[in-house]
Amino acid sequence: MMGVNFLADLTIKGKAGLLLILAILISLPFWSSSYIISVATITLYLAILGQSWNLMLGFAGLLSLGHALFVGISAYLAAYGFSVLGLPPVISVFPAVLLAILMGMLIGYLGFRFSIGGVYFALLTIAFAELVRISVDHLGFIGGTEGLFLPVSEGDRKGVDLINLRGHPFMFYYLAMVLAFLTLAGCRTLLKSKLGYYWQAIRDDQDAAQALGINVFRYKMYAVIYSSGIAGVAGVFYAFYQNSLFPESVFGIERSIEVTLGPIVGGVGSLFGPVLGAFILTPLGEGLTELIDFLKNSGIIDPKLKLNGLKLLIWGLVVSLIVLFKPRGIWPWLSDKLGFCRTEGD
Amino acid sequence: MDFWTLANALATGLLTGLVYGLSALGLSVIFGVIRIVNFAHGEIMVMGMFFALVMFRWLGLDPMLSVPLAAAILFVFGYALQSTVISRVAHLPDHMQFLLLAAIAVMIVNGSLLIFGPDPQAINISYSFDSFDIGENLIIDKTRAYAAIAAVAISGLLLGFFKYSRTGKAIRACADNYLGAQVVGLKVDHLYALTFGIGAACLGAAGCVLLLLIEVHPYLAPGYTLLAFVIVIIGGLGSMTGALVGGILIGMSEALAAIVLQPSMKSAFSFGLLILVLLLRPQGLMGKSVK
Repeated sequence: MMGVNFLADLTIKGKAGLLLILAILISLPFWSSSYIISVATITLYLAILGQSWNLMLGFAGLLSLGHALFVGISAYLAAYGFSVLGLPPVISVFPAVLLAILMGMLIGYLGFRFSIGGVYFALLTIAFAELVRISVDHLGFIGGTEGLFLPVSEGDRKGVDLINLRGHPFMFYYLAMVLAFLTLAGCRTLLKSKLGYYWQAIRDDQDAAQALGINVFRYKMYAVIYSSGIAGVAGVFYAFYQNSLFPESVFGIERSIEVTLGPIVGGVGSLFGPVLGAFILTPLGEGLTELIDFLKNSGIIDPKLKLNGLKLLIWGLVVSLIVLFKPRGIWPWLSDKLGFCRTEGD
Repeated sequence: MDFWTLANALATGLLTGLVYGLSALGLSVIFGVIRIVNFAHGEIMVMGMFFALVMFRWLGLDPMLSVPLAAAILFVFGYALQSTVISRVAHLPDHMQFLLLAAIAVMIVNGSLLIFGPDPQAINISYSFDSFDIGENLIIDKTRAYAAIAAVAISGLLLGFFKYSRTGKAIRACADNYLGAQVVGLKVDHLYALTFGIGAACLGAAGCVLLLLIEVHPYLAPGYTLLAFVIVIIGGLGSMTGALVGGILIGMSEALAAIVLQPSMKSAFSFGLLILVLLLRPQGLMGKSVK
């Protein structure tokens, strides 16, 4: 049902395009390298997070710059449950997601109750993320600054154990793909439901929405709940894929900013935008690293030259150019050009 | 903890806070007038620090003497940035402006990483380890005292400029009423660029004096961006005196947190304060009421 709905917006061309991309993604492990699979897994993971972040900003108009918080506390809970209490992730995912949602509800409650809007709300999310990062730094039982590690044994990377999320990288790749697809379909359903229209009304004009009798506080809370819940699921995946968690690399502001990039580049408020954005930015970053290595190895540039930072410098330039010249994002422009969608930008 | 430990910590915090205040002033001026949240704030200040470092290594120039030069260069940088790039995104939603400035910040951090490398670098000047001893127990580092005096002097100049000069009044007019300013014939684009330039110049000056107090490395920047946000929101976004008061408050509370709790907990204290202010008085301590 969901899947049928989901295809209804696409034209024949769009469906063909989607099918082609799906075919490439599904067959990827059979013909590419393990390096490409690891890049593709991270890309899919960021696509899920992009979707979650887009749900708040693109659907309901709430700018979050602290999404790493939801991912991080859920990742930490699942990792702690597994490494110390021996809880498999199929079980710990529930309390982990619940914790992420509760955190979202706390921020949402404070923010909306005290009517903190726009940039101020974004700063509130940053403040909470930073507070938790510093607190985790000082919490010895989950590793503090030393980090929290999941036990990995030699045999783990061979099998497929979905209950304990231990297995071959291909398992994580396919799992990320399934999660990304479910998130996309779920967000499509939400966007086209009554809830989705309420969100868009609030996003476009909060006062008008309120005047029409929409309970603005409640529906904004729903946006935060769904968004932080999805981020929580992604957090559990991250913990078991990465196997090591450090406060700085999990809760750092860079992580929160990373989450926002895909949707902004792809197109805020659209469904395919966050996915497309992730598929542009992650390979771009990896491609630049490869290109610099290649140029060094082939002697075109001096191999002894220290080029730390060059990759991110170019990357920043590309992002600036996109903001300046395609401010609505790549997806709305691309889908217009190629005639993928019936309704523009969806 | 005895009285003098506390007094010394508070004095240190007060002086550091004045430098924080000068830096936060740069953020406040830009937000107050152009309504742009400068996410490249700390990065521009670290540019000032690197500039002072190069001048010291190259010409042996005391960072205090680099202040006017750094301010002038970053003024030109800020003016050019606003008039060529940032003005183009003025009509875009908040998150696009944020992304552009975050991208500029990433470029500055990695550009300086490419040039200066990742290691912290400090300077050593003749009075680095000198101090003023007031009475028997109150000891104040000379560098910190000079940095604070410079920060106060520059902040004073800036407040005077905005209050009394014609250009300063024109800039305030733009901030109060954009349409009105255009109607009476003010060149708003030029004044906006001027404002960004002044904000960046503040950061250049703050960066130079900060080099007296801490080592510089590219990754210092994002932390200072966040710190400036905290200060400016606590003081009141857009309020210039608020930025200074917020700077002092944060400087002193950090110093207190460092001795009462742990040094690494000091920013948790600032963020906690930020959340409290956002909830209880979102316009900040000195800000006008929010819309």
